[in-house]
Amino acid sequence: MGRQETFYETIRRQGISRRSFMKFCALTAASLGLAPEFAGRIAHAMENKPRVPVLWLNGLECTCCSESFIRSAHPLVRDVVLSMVSLDYSHTLMASAGHQAEEILEEIRRDYKGRYIAAIEGNPPLNEDGMYCIVGGRPFVEQLKEVCADASAVIAWGSCASWGCVQAAKPNPTAATPIHKVITDKPVIKIPGCPPIAEVMTGVITYMVAFDRLPELDLMGRPKMFYSQRIHDKCYRRPHFDAGQFAEKFDDEGSRMGYCLYKVGCRGPTTYNACSTIGWNEGTSFPIQSGHGCIGCSEEHFWDNGPFYQRLLGTRLLNAEVNADTVGAVTVGLVGAGVAAHAGLSALQRAREKAGRASAAPVDTGVEG
Amino acid sequence: MASVVQPKHDPGQIQRPRNPPPGRTPWAVYVYEAPVRLWHWVTVVCMLVLVVTGYLIGAPPPAILGEASNSYLFGYIRMAHFMAGQVLAVFFVLRIYWAFVGNHHAREVFLPPLHRRSWWKGLFDQQLYYLFIKPEAKKHLGHNPLAGIAMFAMCILPLAFMIVSGFALYAEGLGMQHWMYSAFGWVIPLFGGSFYVHTLHHIGMWILIVFSCIHTYLVFREDIMGRTSIVSTMVSGWRFMKDDRP
Ligand code: HEM
Ligand code: HEM
Ligand code: SF4
Repeated sequence: MGRQETFYETIRRQGISRRSFMKFCALTAASLGLAPEFAGRIAHAMENKPRVPVLWLNGLECTCCSESFIRSAHPLVRDVVLSMVSLDYSHTLMASAGHQAEEILEEIRRDYKGRYIAAIEGNPPLNEDGMYCIVGGRPFVEQLKEVCADASAVIAWGSCASWGCVQAAKPNPTAATPIHKVITDKPVIKIPGCPPIAEVMTGVITYMVAFDRLPELDLMGRPKMFYSQRIHDKCYRRPHFDAGQFAEKFDDEGSRMGYCLYKVGCRGPTTYNACSTIGWNEGTSFPIQSGHGCIGCSEEHFWDNGPFYQRLLGTRLLNAEVNADTVGAVTVGLVGAGVAAHAGLSALQRAREKAGRASAAPVDTGVEG
Repeated sequence: MASVVQPKHDPGQIQRPRNPPPGRTPWAVYVYEAPVRLWHWVTVVCMLVLVVTGYLIGAPPPAILGEASNSYLFGYIRMAHFMAGQVLAVFFVLRIYWAFVGNHHAREVFLPPLHRRSWWKGLFDQQLYYLFIKPEAKKHLGHNPLAGIAMFAMCILPLAFMIVSGFALYAEGLGMQHWMYSAFGWVIPLFGGSFYVHTLHHIGMWILIVFSCIHTYLVFREDIMGRTSIVSTMVSGWRFMKDDRP
């Protein structure tokens, strides 16, 4: 096999200048929330460490994670990361195909046992023995288990791999299942989002290969550096929220004034992601900035938590669109009517008793206790 | 056993023999100690604030136009909610403490005696009474079995849930590094994410509203129709019997 090339050597071979390389290190350190001196540590690691192979598998998915990944803000970040992680097997990006491609998989598993990263885009459907997703002539779930068995760490890209996403929407006929429920013997790093933000994806990979360890994860298994705050916590419309200034409709005065989108269904208050800080497309914008509420695409069950344009979870009951408030109000109304009826009957009974007592001598009704 | 002594004041309208026959209930018993009564009324006030502000958090009032810096309306609504919520929680914890150290009536709403046959009979009896099938139900010093189980299932449990989920939501705003998140953060994944915790917290409000409607109606009804004092009992602590029957 010979000496492994380092990241730095690979990058230089691809014609990237040292200046650009240092810029990338600084940018990445910043996006990871690390102090400036970490840029040097990242650079050092890149210059001295052998490349880590990343096997990128695709299950049931729409490829939006790959699409996002290759559109990382700094064109350089993309180049660096693409060369950094030798994406030896990736349906979308690899040149090889067919048996040749499947052989790469075997080779990496053999030569880098326990030293490669498995990055999973999409998820396996488990019903009918996994027949709803076939890769290379076999159910995807088999490939997934084999590749993850020898990996040092598993990354679950996007909401499919992390939570199930739309293919797992109720009633989930194919039993599309998130990775952490299939791979239970090693840490699965969830990078949810539909898709995740490109800088988040490259940042996590860089952190893992540069520092040789997993990023700190929260209770749900997401890297804290990108998923410890809600969209709402850093949203630039937050002052309107606190002031009670909400757009009621998408074409009203409030929406033109840039008011908070809470009442038109914004899921920012319940969504952990970095959109309101990092932004999308080189930091150009993010949904709320372009006037649309957050739909919570990085949250579990977001695909079932509709309607997207209402604050409260809605459902259909007796052929009507209802939410907690409509059901609650109707219940209280019914209870109120019941109480009024009961009060009426009680008054009647009391009146009758009084009349009875006036005419007859009081008798012990004698209810035994 | 509750203390059987003379109340400090005479309720006036009730004329009872001072020495009940053996085996009969004494005509006045001290049931609800001061901490229980204080907790009850503090909870009532907090509930009022929490329901109004909670509803508005779910369905905010129309916007005040103008600069955001001129108004902090929604901020104040939420602040009132959080303050009332924390008072409610503190008193709830004190109430649980009192269930351990107070008289046996202080434990009733936490531990309905489901293992007792007489309790089940009482539950059935009370239902027949409310359905106008039986003219009267047995008297109870504390709660009748139906009231006891309703208070446990529709008030104590929902209140506990509201407090735990409320603090989890509050901790989300404080951030993952805060101790409150360490204490309550587990609630969020347990219920499948922040959005579901909001939804369940919202449904919990409606359960408590339904409970409060029925509860308020029944305490006033029993005060008028029943054979013991009710509303004044939660004020003075004393239960007065209006007749001699069991
Ligand atoms: C029984 C009492 C309570 C009732 C009836 C109540 C009611 C509500 C309601 C209806 C909401 C709106 C939920 C939504 O649709 O998003 C809400 C939100 C909330 N409540 Fe409560 N709540 C209660 C107790 C508490 C307690 C004890 C706390 C703890 C401090 C608390 C903290 C919160 C928080 C943090 C929110 C979210 C506010 C936001 O997202 O802006 N609540 N409450
Ligand atoms: C204005 C409204 C209310 C009135 C007049 C009222 C009155 C009373 C009275 C008289 C009792 C004693 C019943 C008995 O002796 O058997 C009682 C007990 C109780 N009430 Fe209320 N109540 C009100 C609202 C509420 C609310 C809003 C809640 C909670 C959500 C509540 C929760 C309870 C509980 C848990 C008990 C049992 C106390 C114990 O045994 O420790 N009440 N209430
Ligand atoms: S637009 Fe959404 S995220 Fe922004 S403040 Fe309003 S509710 Fe929060």
